[in-house]
Amino acid sequence: MRPDNFGRRILYWLSVAAGLVLAIVPLPDWLDPLRPDLALLAVVYWILSSPRIAGLGYAWLSGLALDVLRGMVLGQHALGFLVVAFLTHRLQLRMRMFPLLHQAAAILLLLALYHFIIFWTDGLTGHGYTGWNRWLPILSGALLWPLIVAAGDSLTRRSR
Amino acid sequence: MVELSHDSRPIIGRGPPLGAAFITLAIASIALMVADQRYDQLARVRGWITAAVYPAQAAVDLPFRAWDWLTSSFADRSRLRQDNLELTARLRLANLQLQRFAALEEENRRLRDMRENSAGVAERVLVASIMNVDLDPFRHRVLLDKGSSDGVFKGQAVLDAEGIFGQVSKVNAQTAEAILISDAEHAIPVQSNRSGLRTIAVGTGDPERLSLPFVTSEADLKVGDLLLSTGMGGVFPPGYPVAEVTRVDRTTATFALVEARPTAQLDRAREVLLVWFKPPVPAEQPAGESPETPPAGAGE
Repeated sequence: MRPDNFGRRILYWLSVAAGLVLAIVPLPDWLDPLRPDLALLAVVYWILSSPRIAGLGYAWLSGLALDVLRGMVLGQHALGFLVVAFLTHRLQLRMRMFPLLHQAAAILLLLALYHFIIFWTDGLTGHGYTGWNRWLPILSGALLWPLIVAAGDSLTRRSR
Repeated sequence: MVELSHDSRPIIGRGPPLGAAFITLAIASIALMVADQRYDQLARVRGWITAAVYPAQAAVDLPFRAWDWLTSSFADRSRLRQDNLELTARLRLANLQLQRFAALEEENRRLRDMRENSAGVAERVLVASIMNVDLDPFRHRVLLDKGSSDGVFKGQAVLDAEGIFGQVSKVNAQTAEAILISDAEHAIPVQSNRSGLRTIAVGTGDPERLSLPFVTSEADLKVGDLLLSTGMGGVFPPGYPVAEVTRVDRTTATFALVEARPTAQLDRAREVLLVWFKPPVPAEQPAGESPETPPAGAGE
């Protein structure tokens, strides 16, 4: 049991690391505002898949890494990740049973909350950008959710 | 549908109790934000974590750098020849201008000595390349591949070959973050090269546009005027081109609507210069090495 868990932890960190790298890869200007929050989606997926292993600390540290990578105020994305992870943990029994579309809608709400937290802390620290396109990642993230589930499920099945 | 992994299958109930962890971590995030924003106390902590995530940034940057290297190594012969011809021609022209420039510089130094004022002559420059890393689509910031280990400091002026580019806003061990003059949070004191009018150019969030909000409608400013840095505030060396006025609209009351286009290649530059210079008011002597001359400013 123990070594298996260890392998899983590695897998979870690696997938978040991949999400973080994709968060700073340069994209063309028109695509940039659409960039989905892949690291956050990976965290949510692993919480739903194995809540005993992927805890709040994991989500928090992932968010902190994103803060540092993008040179934001420390703790901003960490707080967003934490709140989303906490709600996912509370809702996991129900969310796992949802059909995929229903699940994507739940993800849409979680992402909206996450982006609201980022927007709010941005405003508090004096970086407020109020353009409509800052909310686009909510949509692209929710649309991407079925793909994340497919990729995650095939990863879990292989490592079983 | 998300599959529950077998590790968690034995427990049908929820995971470990979360309330305490949630509250602790939430307080930790808020404390971090306050400490980082208000007291600027976290430089060392940030330094450690940045060192931990530096591999990710380097990994993103590497393929682009490798591609550049490849294309430049395998450039075909005719293009190299053409480049070479072009560069030779440009060098000849530059040398010609430089001869005159040397005389002017000498004269300028004598005049300044007379006034006992050694205002802003760049003493040392360091070339840094911009890493191919996207920080935030809505802020104009770039990551440079030089950091405190190269002597870069917060508030240092960043130039490119065409003019003022921005200033260093955060310094890590290996990297530094620079804020561009077009960022909506950036402002730079400028002076019109033609009329000597002093004002402030503020970023708009558009790399092609700066705004000059504090110009009265009677002020002597025309489309095509070159705006130079004044050196006030001690961040930027004086006399370097910042922007060219593109629009003056005097129909509004009291203040004119003035826009300018930055001369620096804000969205295209790959390499920039970090500048050490002596501020207009003689302060401490920076560790200057062989004085290299940066590209000449525009003023004739």
